[in-house]
Amino acid sequence: MAVRVQTEDFDVGAESRALQADTVGAIALFIGTVRGLRSDDGVTAMTLEHYPGMTEAELERIESEARERWPLEDVTIIHRVGRLLPGDQIVLVATSSAHRKAAFDATEFIMDFLKTDAPFWKAEERDGETSWVEARKSDDDARERWDADGA
Amino acid sequence: MTIPDVAPPRLSIRYFAWMREHTGASTETITLPEGVACVGDLVPHLTAKSDGHALALKNLQAVRVAVNRSYGDLDTPVTDGDEVAFFPPVTGG
Repeated sequence: MAVRVQTEDFDVGAESRALQADTVGAIALFIGTVRGLRSDDGVTAMTLEHYPGMTEAELERIESEARERWPLEDVTIIHRVGRLLPGDQIVLVATSSAHRKAAFDATEFIMDFLKTDAPFWKAEERDGETSWVEARKSDDDARERWDADGA
Repeated sequence: MTIPDVAPPRLSIRYFAWMREHTGASTETITLPEGVACVGDLVPHLTAKSDGHALALKNLQAVRVAVNRSYGDLDTPVTDGDEVAFFPPVTGG
């Protein structure tokens, strides 16, 4: 079990290698990154705030729920906070399992719940103005889907 | 002879993101007001503190609540020593 909230960048290769084990046949990785100026967002930078203590507790709770649903060998969740620039890595979710389906599904499940439950907030800089990102209905829908699945 | 504990019951209040900007404080310690049993009872005492507080807590539909770092709602009980947090819907990932 590894949940980390940090300002520093992370090394995807090192995190992936750390999940390799004799019983592991599949490692799934999701990396979220900051879209830049040439995307539709036109963002020049973003700053991530969080609720220390609650953030880690929520991420650990989400990991536990994923482990109850799928036979996972290991899980790594890393989320950065502070000021980030276009192209920077924001979040890593990595899961390992004997077979790929569990790893793929658990990674998506963890991201969907992280998006709606983990107490992080993004403020975006655009044309010299800073504004708080609004929560998106599509993120709530993505989370709801797992309830409907009844998996 | 023991000295009676006369410390008034206290709550720690936390605000995040744009709510923190409106209230001007990320953390406040307040005396638990009389008659406050749940988060909803607490809200009028907070909105009375300043125009910024009133603005931050104006639309409670848009606000999420945590008590002692677990999600709750306006009916969640509060008691001496609790940490009560108010924040907008989350936008990480």
